[in-house]
Amino acid sequence: MKVTVLQFPGTNCEYDTKYAFEKLGAEVEILWHEETTLPADTDLVVAPGGFSYGDYLRSGALAKFAPIMDAVKEYAANGGKVLGICNGFQILTETGLLPGALKRNDNLHFISKHHHLKVINNDNAFLSELNVGEVVDIPVAHHDGNYFIDEAGLEELKANGQILLQYCDKDGVNQVLNGSVEQIAGVCNKEKNVFGLMPHPERAMETLLGCDDGVKMLQGFFK
Amino acid sequence: MKAIINIGLKKGVLDSAGKAAHHTLDTVGFKDIVKDVRIGKQVVMELNCTDEETAREEATKMCEQLLANTVIEDYEIIIEA
Repeated sequence: MKVTVLQFPGTNCEYDTKYAFEKLGAEVEILWHEETTLPADTDLVVAPGGFSYGDYLRSGALAKFAPIMDAVKEYAANGGKVLGICNGFQILTETGLLPGALKRNDNLHFISKHHHLKVINNDNAFLSELNVGEVVDIPVAHHDGNYFIDEAGLEELKANGQILLQYCDKDGVNQVLNGSVEQIAGVCNKEKNVFGLMPHPERAMETLLGCDDGVKMLQGFFK
Repeated sequence: MKAIINIGLKKGVLDSAGKAAHHTLDTVGFKDIVKDVRIGKQVVMELNCTDEETAREEATKMCEQLLANTVIEDYEIIIEA
């Protein structure tokens, strides 16, 4: 399993992401945004968290024109698996690889804490190791995580099983965190090879550091 | 020519910053006069062209490709000589 982790100016979760996938047995390469091709043996591309290009204009807006992104779009169009975490999720929505957009949190605060998430759909490569309705505890850390999609788009997400995760309490009851439409924390594309979520599974890999629920999430990619 | 581009959240997309500013304006004595507050951003650019139509066309492309996220934002372009 070869994982390629993208690195933009301002990315700051690339080493945590590398650690997480290496812990699960993958070979991981961090790839600078000025590259124009992905390593040929890449099994998964990860756009990690951070503040690419200083979040200037909008979070993720400038990264979509980074030299490496044409290769990422082509990789995804050919069925390659792509995961966007936090700023990576913002980049993938800005690029158009995922539907919707991430707005400023409704309460205007940067939210940084552990939060529970409920699995909504698991018939995809990402969450196949988890059960529908299962609750996991994963840290969130974002200012622009308020997922927006119009009503027609939301119906389409539901019809195609594209909603991956929702914010909830420990018992799985939906809970408002940042104002996201229907408390959506993560989605995938219609073809189910591009995934995005605001929470950070790569920060939940060690019980010693609080929680290892991220292991179950990222393991799905190894099947 | 000069292009002044105003970008803001679409109608129907909650503008939390506008709402917060509106609430504060209410509490400092402007409750009767303020009906709605929207907060956006403005991009001002000098363009290397002399024709208004070209300026508007190019500015529109810039908005569609980069300056606005049309999933959540609207834009308005003002061209000045």
